Amino acid sequence: MLKIKNLHAGVEGNEILNGINLEVAPGEVHAIMGPNGSGKSTLASVIAGKEEFEVTEGVIFFEGKDLEDMAPEERAHNGIFLSFQYPVEIPGVSVTNFMKTAINESRKARGKEDMPANEMLKLIREKSAMLDIDRRFLSRSLNEGFSGGEKKRNEIFQMAMLEPKLAILDETDSGLDIDALRIVANGVNKLKSKDNAVIVITHYQRLLEYIVPDFVHVLHEGKIVKSGNKDLALELEEKGYDWIKNEAVV
Amino acid sequence: MDLKEKLVSSFMAFENNVDIDHFVHDIRSEAIKNFENKGFPNKKQEAWKYTSLNSLLKIDFSIFPKEVNALEYKDVKKYFLHEIDTYKIVFIDGIYSSYLSETTHDGVDICLMSSALTKPMYKAVIDTYFNKVASGEDSLTTLNTAFSQEGAYIYIPKNKAPKKPVEILHFATGNEANLMLQPRNLIIVEENAELQVIERHQSLTSNEVLTNSVTEIYAAKHANIDYYKVQNNVKSASLIDNTYISQKDTSTVKVHTFSFGGKLTRNNLNFYQDGEHVNSTMKGVSILGEKQHIDHHTLVHHRQPNCESHQDYKGIYGEKSTGVFNGKIIVDKIAQKTNAFQQNNNILISDKATINTKPQLEIFADDVKCSHGCTIGQLDEEALYYLRSRGIPKKEASALLMYAFANNVLESVRLPALKTRINKLIANKLGVRLGFEL
Repeated sequence: MLKIKNLHAGVEGNEILNGINLEVAPGEVHAIMGPNGSGKSTLASVIAGKEEFEVTEGVIFFEGKDLEDMAPEERAHNGIFLSFQYPVEIPGVSVTNFMKTAINESRKARGKEDMPANEMLKLIREKSAMLDIDRRFLSRSLNEGFSGGEKKRNEIFQMAMLEPKLAILDETDSGLDIDALRIVANGVNKLKSKDNAVIVITHYQRLLEYIVPDFVHVLHEGKIVKSGNKDLALELEEKGYDWIKNEAVV
Repeated sequence: MDLKEKLVSSFMAFENNVDIDHFVHDIRSEAIKNFENKGFPNKKQEAWKYTSLNSLLKIDFSIFPKEVNALEYKDVKKYFLHEIDTYKIVFIDGIYSSYLSETTHDGVDICLMSSALTKPMYKAVIDTYFNKVASGEDSLTTLNTAFSQEGAYIYIPKNKAPKKPVEILHFATGNEANLMLQPRNLIIVEENAELQVIERHQSLTSNEVLTNSVTEIYAAKHANIDYYKVQNNVKSASLIDNTYISQKDTSTVKVHTFSFGGKLTRNNLNFYQDGEHVNSTMKGVSILGEKQHIDHHTLVHHRQPNCESHQDYKGIYGEKSTGVFNGKIIVDKIAQKTNAFQQNNNILISDKATINTKPQLEIFADDVKCSHGCTIGQLDEEALYYLRSRGIPKKEASALLMYAFANNVLESVRLPALKTRINKLIANKLGVRLGFEL
């Protein structure tokens, strides 16, 4: 589904990603861990198509298509979703209206008519119930005045609505208390299927107790320095990142 | 002959044609003298530094409507707030259209300036209020005063509120070549009374139209007035709107100005706080393109203690459009505990668009809270990326962000039908697809 080969990318001449290789197949959950500044969020942004970052070398294929010249919206239309670490506040646009616009724009890109209003309503009801989201919350302005937990839950709600093939969760666990974490993780688990894939980016092992990864990769200085199964995450939790760094130097 | 000469030399003929109270005649004669001395404002004057009337003054305007022109309601229905029931005072080429209007004298007076200026029963009110708050020496105001004859006259007695909002509409048909209009409105809301007004100037022609309007508004103790100006005109129409508001104790007046077009629009909005615990609110949304120009000049004169004023103007400027915001706040020495707030935020979506924004604070009291801020910027890149990552294309995402930026000024609009209408105007102007309810 996703094939990243020798990816180098940076911003204004500073190279942040330094030769990433990663393959994700449908049905898989990958965790990307690593210390602060290792390039985790940059990798997520580059896959989602943030224009600030420049790819200097290497390629990203998604379902056989080269992503290089694809705008962020085209990537979304193709089934890539990024849950933001810091979702942006958009005063004046309600969660519901935002979702309607996003869904109908994606449908338009695929040559489909707008989703009928009753179908949309049903979908919103179903997905908000799944994530335990109050209906009043949906008429509030997008992310405006939301608590950290509400923002993250709203990201997962958007994911649920858009049903992506590949979902990248960028530090979705940060700022969540344990109850919110459980709700968010349950939501992600319910959305998981043999046809879609999830990349969980996290600093801590905590989230991985709920969203169990098939593979764990450790990122350090823009490179994947170690890959393993879910036990690697536990090892990192126990030993910290320093031994990885040392190993990388050796 | 230039426009000034034409106006001055027409004055005698004009006065001969109108039957007018002697007192008003004196005011008019004084006003024309004043205008003759001062002439039209020019760019050398600080208040007109960024707005030039020169190109307009070269046009040969017809200054008195000669014919009575009719319009079919179905042709102009869309300019009315037809979703709800309203009183209507409608003028076509400056002449009252009884056919399109719905006035009343049922407990309140919602009628015509021409009747108020001539009928004895209104004399006491005219003597007390006409050309009082607008009596300054602003040359465009004096010009309007000299030719004041027609417009809306609204009198709401103590403890009353009209059954429905009032719409004031001015249509220009273009049946006469380039037309100059000078409507004059007088609005008095007595103690504990209420009023909602929606005012619109609409040209239906590609001929040039220049409107120089003066509105005097008096809010007595504990009166509550909402005044909405909808300025969405064609590109051959220009408007100079001079509004003067006097507020007594604990009164609340809110003026919303929605500007989406027109060749040149100048709003001179003047609030005078003549009582304590007064609340004055000015809000504006301007969305301009092409070579349109708008100039918002606001004045709040805090003349009594314990009053508030709030200003929130937002502008979106595209193509070669230009905008001006000049917000003057005067706090007299006596006006302690004043709370004056002013905000002007702008987005430029074209390299060729311009905005000049300037707060002007003159504070003579020492125990006051005054804050002002202005921003000029582009759209937030991070917000754009966020929307695009959800599948919303760049163009639509930009429009949605601008829509959101402008939209929050509407929170204080208390008429739901009007709010929906303005929302649609904003969405249309920005090209936001309203595939959803608002």
